[in-house]
Amino acid sequence: MPTLTIDGQEIEVEANTTVLQAAEELGIQIPRFCYHDRLSIAGNCRMCLVEMEGPPKPIASCAMPVGEGMVIHTNSKVAVKARKGAMEFLLINHPLDCPICDQGGECDLQDQAVAFGRGGSRFTEHKRAVKDKYLGPLVATAMTRCITCTRCVRFATEIAGVEELGATFRGEETEIGTYVEEALTSELSGNLVDVCPVGALTNQAYAFNARPWELRKTESIDVHDAVGCNIRVDCRGNEVLRVLPRLHEDVNEEWLGDRSRYAVDGLGLQRLDRPYVRVDGKLQPASWDQAFAAIKAVMDGTDGARLAAIAGDMADVESMLALKELFTALGSANLDCRQDGAKINGGKRGGYLFNSAIAGIEEADAILLVGTNPRWEATLVNARIRKRWLRDGLSVALIGPESELTYKYDYLGAGPNTLAEIADGSHGFAKVLADAERPMIVLGSGAVARDDGAAVLDLARRVAEQTGMIGADWNGFNILHRAASRVGGMDIGFLPHNDGRDVAGIVAGAGKGEIDLVWLLGADEIDMDGLGQAFVVYQGHHGDAGAHRADVILPGAAYTEKDATWVNMEGRVQQGRRAADPPGEAREDWTIIRALSAVLDQALPYDSLAQLRRHMVEVVPSLDAVDDVGPGEMGAFGVAGEVDAAPFESPVADYYLANAICRASAVMAECSRMYLHGADSTGGATGTDG
Amino acid sequence: MLKDEDRIFTNLYGYHDFGLEAARKRGDWDNTKAILEKGPDAIIDEIKASGLRGRGGAGFPTGLKWSFMPKESDGKPTYLVVNADEGEPGTCKDREMMRHDPHKLVEGCLIAGFAMRASAAYIYIRGEFFVEANNLEAAVQQAYDAGLIGPDACGSGYSFDVFVHRGAGAYICGEETALIESLEGKKGQPRLKPPFPAGVGVWGRPTTVNNVESIAVAPTIMRRGADWFAGLGRENNTGTKVFCISGHVEKPCNVEEEMSIPLRELIEKHAGGVRGGWANLLAIIPGGSSVRMLPKSICDTVLMDFDSLSAEKSGLGTAAVIVMDKSTDLIRAIARLSQFYAHESCGQCTPCREGAGWMWRVMERLATGNADVSEIDMLLEVSTQIEGHTICALGDAAAWPIQGLMNHFRPMVEERIMDYKNKEPAAAQ
Repeated sequence: MPTLTIDGQEIEVEANTTVLQAAEELGIQIPRFCYHDRLSIAGNCRMCLVEMEGPPKPIASCAMPVGEGMVIHTNSKVAVKARKGAMEFLLINHPLDCPICDQGGECDLQDQAVAFGRGGSRFTEHKRAVKDKYLGPLVATAMTRCITCTRCVRFATEIAGVEELGATFRGEETEIGTYVEEALTSELSGNLVDVCPVGALTNQAYAFNARPWELRKTESIDVHDAVGCNIRVDCRGNEVLRVLPRLHEDVNEEWLGDRSRYAVDGLGLQRLDRPYVRVDGKLQPASWDQAFAAIKAVMDGTDGARLAAIAGDMADVESMLALKELFTALGSANLDCRQDGAKINGGKRGGYLFNSAIAGIEEADAILLVGTNPRWEATLVNARIRKRWLRDGLSVALIGPESELTYKYDYLGAGPNTLAEIADGSHGFAKVLADAERPMIVLGSGAVARDDGAAVLDLARRVAEQTGMIGADWNGFNILHRAASRVGGMDIGFLPHNDGRDVAGIVAGAGKGEIDLVWLLGADEIDMDGLGQAFVVYQGHHGDAGAHRADVILPGAAYTEKDATWVNMEGRVQQGRRAADPPGEAREDWTIIRALSAVLDQALPYDSLAQLRRHMVEVVPSLDAVDDVGPGEMGAFGVAGEVDAAPFESPVADYYLANAICRASAVMAECSRMYLHGADSTGGATGTDG
Repeated sequence: MLKDEDRIFTNLYGYHDFGLEAARKRGDWDNTKAILEKGPDAIIDEIKASGLRGRGGAGFPTGLKWSFMPKESDGKPTYLVVNADEGEPGTCKDREMMRHDPHKLVEGCLIAGFAMRASAAYIYIRGEFFVEANNLEAAVQQAYDAGLIGPDACGSGYSFDVFVHRGAGAYICGEETALIESLEGKKGQPRLKPPFPAGVGVWGRPTTVNNVESIAVAPTIMRRGADWFAGLGRENNTGTKVFCISGHVEKPCNVEEEMSIPLRELIEKHAGGVRGGWANLLAIIPGGSSVRMLPKSICDTVLMDFDSLSAEKSGLGTAAVIVMDKSTDLIRAIARLSQFYAHESCGQCTPCREGAGWMWRVMERLATGNADVSEIDMLLEVSTQIEGHTICALGDAAAWPIQGLMNHFRPMVEERIMDYKNKEPAAAQ
């Protein structure tokens, strides 16, 4: 552990720390542009030059490893001159267009120019102008502002795993771009906006909308997948203008998938902002009382076995618990939170969690992906696997539909038979897993959301047991969920109990007239046509498939509009916060159920969120441990049985249109059209195309 | 003056064939096996004792550089890379050596590579050197065919390969780490140091990058002994050196001379003197375009070696002597050099990318006089904001010519500005 002196303070740090990091430990901030904690070191902006006693020239503190006895001055004449010089050079060709630049107010260059720059410009020559580049529908470019720090290039190459960005030309003509003018094929492209220290890459969807100081910032949780990314929701008034990632080392680090970031315009479109009741086959606006009366008319006196409820993918724990308790009180056991029909049952948590935790991927040395495309199902889990893969010593293999995952993997086969071969040890990869120190299996919903899902689950369990995945200090048995609501729903038991029906049973029952009422709590991904003559209550926030089929619509709150709890795939309990108010007469979901329970004379025993949460923790103690995570206890799960030879199918047809918010979003529609349906950048409309 | 028998490059002018047979007649490949049998450490010690300093510009002691390579192999390859990307304006010594005397380089590769325990040598040759690359490739092939290199090189049991790799013509690829990047197939941009190439070089392996001349003189030093080489020139500036004399002289030429020869003697003996006589001399850039120029008063007495030129705040550089007589528009000349550096900046780091173009544009205005006198100081300050603040030395190289001009000829620049103001008062407003 070398000891060095920075600005007169001695510090002992780990070898291989850089001078800049050592200074940071002392609380000394050295300005920088190109340096980024999570990217490789470029050392090109020269903003972090500091004086080191010995060498005649100042050193780049971001790149210089610490050495024993080093003496560093970060504010000496030499260092200040170097910094001032770099700042001046960065500014001479940078347009001083801050008033019309979207980065204004949150721009590193702006801030550091104030802190370290000269008062005025000495540059009287013509400024350079650079043609803007096309990077796709999400990232707006103003390349004249680019300071060629190459953070974006390094992000794309290293983190996103798409080698599509680079620097072309030389010297002052250097330009950053894709060269071929094609959209960046990454689900992480929005992060380019975050890593760009200037206004060269900005958020296209948020363009010219607001200044950062106008925004109200609320720290919350993302629900577009089951990763539980930590986000910051920026609102002006009651409008969500953008979503940014928030640092959580164990979940999303500081990245965010494009769907989570760019679908927010969908929060303002297609919203259910008042109750509706279907009258003579048409949905008519109604009051809450009328809506409740219509429901009461059907529910009163109906046998509990003829009632059913399905929770959608974004439902929060509080509303699911309230709904479960209401339906249980009414005698219904037909509850399910598994819209996709995954054959994962409740029981001990180890059977349905991502037990190794997402950060645990970094310790794994062999990963078997089964029936999953993590890039689409959990973008940041995929990014984490790539991060691990970039270091040596990781074997990844895939069973299921092939896809480009940004890292190399061995393709083992398409269906359960290959998994069976690994389970009985006859497949070569079984040995790789067995020899690995920390092997891991990742079971996607493509593997378990099928008729033989329970048997596949059983096979996976056998693989895990036989290759030593489940031990005292390591549990590599991982279920990769897609729905933010799923683990929370399983935790509180929003599942068919006794002889209750699951999703398929409910739909079939409704179709056959055995179910009279189906309550959809934001559930849009089931077969609506199959519901037959059943009375459908849709409680949710978007006018999507469920609302179209509904007989009564109860307008709920989207994830940005409620204080609510979600549990991510690791079993991490996280609380989202209300950033905006639900539109119109829409209400937070648990309050709707609580109000209806009174109408049905089954009043639920909580009148406030605090009471509900206290009750929730009593019922399910694990929900008390906010942000705590550890491998779940293993119990019995899976059912040994015959597996179907049919290949696993990808459960996600379209990353950009995976839920009701995305389907309402114009930005997501554009992405889907561009990335998945091959439309070119001009939109394809030529005037003669029909 | 260097005696004929002390010349190393005996076919510098191409009076004889470059091939193996002719090279052998000149003494190349003469019992190379015996040299190798001395062992790597003995070779390095001999080169250290000879006082040979790198001939590419920076003048780092060559033997010391070789000794940085790992002594114990970890089973993976290490490399010698020969920098034959000679691009410094005014310099054309490596070109002649490779065209007419390539076997000196190939033999030098073997000896140097053996001394530093390298597995192979890569000769990165400038793309424009077409004939030179052809001759070099032919020489390498001849050496392979004769068993001089390859498995069991010269019957020594040592296996050594030599590859010739053609560059694509970027000046920056002559910077050693940019050269390594380019050799690896990437865009030629200098790497951050540390780590130095001796630790992490080509394909991440320990690598030594040497100039052509540094390598090509090694066999002769080994044959004639360190004492002979060290006996030439001054202390710390030993041996012979190939000078490239160009510009306003009667007979521009390359010539091998003793180190520390007086500049005036060099020009008058070998280049026929300055055009119009020594008194017609205005200034000389003594070491390739990137070093600071010297006015006549210094040229009168200065010695051509590393130490005496750096004492005059210039440098020996590549020993490319660019002579400018009184007909020269020095400001225009330096403006042209500034344009060169702005054009050749790789664009990676800020001061050079932005500053080189800025300096060039100011120089262009100074050349016409369309500037303010205060801009001279600004320009000098900008040059010091670049110098020493960049990843590689190109930033320094862009700054020094301007500093050299202003150090010695500032009144000339101010006069030009005044003239312009007087002639075109309206425009100057």
